[in-house]
Amino acid sequence: MNRSSKRFLKLSHIVLLLLSCLLIAPFLLLIISSFTDETTAVQNGYSFFPQKFSVDAYRYIFSNFRIFGKAFLITAGVTLFGVLLGVTMAALMAYAISRPGLPGRKILNFYVIFTMLFNGGLVATYLTYVSVFHIKNTYFALLIPNLLCNAFTIMLIKNYYQTSLPTELIEAARIDGASEWAIFFKVVMPLSKPIIATVALIVGLAYWNDWQNGLYYLDDTSMHGIQNVLNDMNSNAKYLMQFAHSGGTAVPTTTVRMAIAVVGILPILCIYPFFQDYFVKGVTAGAVKG
Amino acid sequence: MISKRKAGFRKWLPFYLMALPCIIYFFVNNYLPMGGLIIAFKNYNVQKGILGSDFVGLENFRFLFSTDEAWIITRNTLGYNLFWIFLNMFIGVAVAIFLNEVRTRVAKKFYMSAILLPYLISMVVVSYLAYAYLSEQTGFINAIFKTFGLHTVAWYQNAKYWPFILTIVYEWKNIGFNAITIFASVVGISKDYYEAAEIDGATKWQQIKKITLPMLKPTIVMLITIGMGNVFRSDFGLFYQVPRNVGLLNSATDTIDTFVFRALLQTGDIGMASAASFYQSIVCFITIMVFNGLMRKYSKENAMF
Repeated sequence: MNRSSKRFLKLSHIVLLLLSCLLIAPFLLLIISSFTDETTAVQNGYSFFPQKFSVDAYRYIFSNFRIFGKAFLITAGVTLFGVLLGVTMAALMAYAISRPGLPGRKILNFYVIFTMLFNGGLVATYLTYVSVFHIKNTYFALLIPNLLCNAFTIMLIKNYYQTSLPTELIEAARIDGASEWAIFFKVVMPLSKPIIATVALIVGLAYWNDWQNGLYYLDDTSMHGIQNVLNDMNSNAKYLMQFAHSGGTAVPTTTVRMAIAVVGILPILCIYPFFQDYFVKGVTAGAVKG
Repeated sequence: MISKRKAGFRKWLPFYLMALPCIIYFFVNNYLPMGGLIIAFKNYNVQKGILGSDFVGLENFRFLFSTDEAWIITRNTLGYNLFWIFLNMFIGVAVAIFLNEVRTRVAKKFYMSAILLPYLISMVVVSYLAYAYLSEQTGFINAIFKTFGLHTVAWYQNAKYWPFILTIVYEWKNIGFNAITIFASVVGISKDYYEAAEIDGATKWQQIKKITLPMLKPTIVMLITIGMGNVFRSDFGLFYQVPRNVGLLNSATDTIDTFVFRALLQTGDIGMASAASFYQSIVCFITIMVFNGLMRKYSKENAMF
């Protein structure tokens, strides 16, 4: 390694370390703010080094568990159900269009791809769901529009099936008299764990982070998941006042806002260290095949 | 012949059944709304529904394009996208090259985790992070200003700050995605080139200029092409959540997507909303086809179809 390379290596570490700190700082500010004493936050503003810490904000959330716990469970339930259903549907479709010799395979392929090229846009989609399927103010609204399946994940799985699935195993199972469904669930699915895990993370993240469906289709705020509760607090300054505070004192709104946002990212922060490789794989897989 | 076809059909039937759930879903979620675009030429009436409403020709479009807003939202959507496509390339390539230098596994993993984290959280939460910095009374930045005896700034009431704020927030959120995407290509460049260059005494800067950048050209072209294809789409979350839907900021923060949302669900002007939405769908389709066509010419394996 010559001198120029060594110097460049040092520079790389300095730049990346600085960049990492800059990108993580907002998360720290958010978390520290949520543990700040309300009066301190109001007087001195949000700070990385508050004068006084407090867990009042979290106490408020727990005293209103009926509201916030429910929102959290709605989001968790929709995410779980959406991932199970969406990934299964995508894998089935991907398997079908990756079968060589299937009559109409090209048409099916185009049917999927075309959804990436052209779409009806918000107004037509909204009116279709509302006036044709009457989805407004039902939990279907959180599960179905836009999130369940998309061409991108199907293509991701299809590419995997076409390149990494050992056809001999499928043939062997077929000779043993297994039905195509049994082959799919007992042979193909277990063999495609890496891609299924990656896609499940992508889909799960999309469900967990979604607030648009709730915003478009749910007027009833009691059906809102955690992201929509965050959105409600943004659009309605008095949102937090409507719930009683157990202590009888004023609601610590300045810090509670931040505490609820922390609750909104908590699951991601918790699983991220363990699934980091899959996240990176999901990101790069998407990038290589636009 | 017929029985043979029948046998073939029976053989393939399970696969069609496997495809069926997705076929139905795409029909409902994607293809029906494409037909629903017709609403842009109608005077939508809730009682009459999409099909029953009366045709009004190009009336909705005449209304839309007679407003200043049509120009503002087009300018903002295109302006931000074009600027960000090139900023992404610049920052993404730089960060990817730095990442590639790091040999220690743990350090590399740490940097990648850190820069990708913002990409994984929802725009609603991003708006809270931004608010923690920008709030007029309790924001971190104004608190700093106060300690130095400076005047506080009402960030949420002044459109002129927003091109910068949105750019910073956008880059903060997407830097990891861009860098890691490009990094995947940097990793693929054979080490032999660099070793040969080192033996010849090339400096790092010369290696980057003569090896890395030329080898990255196809990736850069591909990413720019994808970006250009989507130049009429904007990230609704970024433009709606981060400025907290403040009307005062519209001249700097309104894009086609936020405009359509407001007209549809807040002011209830469905004619205007459907015209703008139609305009976006069609122009998007054209740009995607044009840039995908260019991609097919340039590097066929990276084209979408």
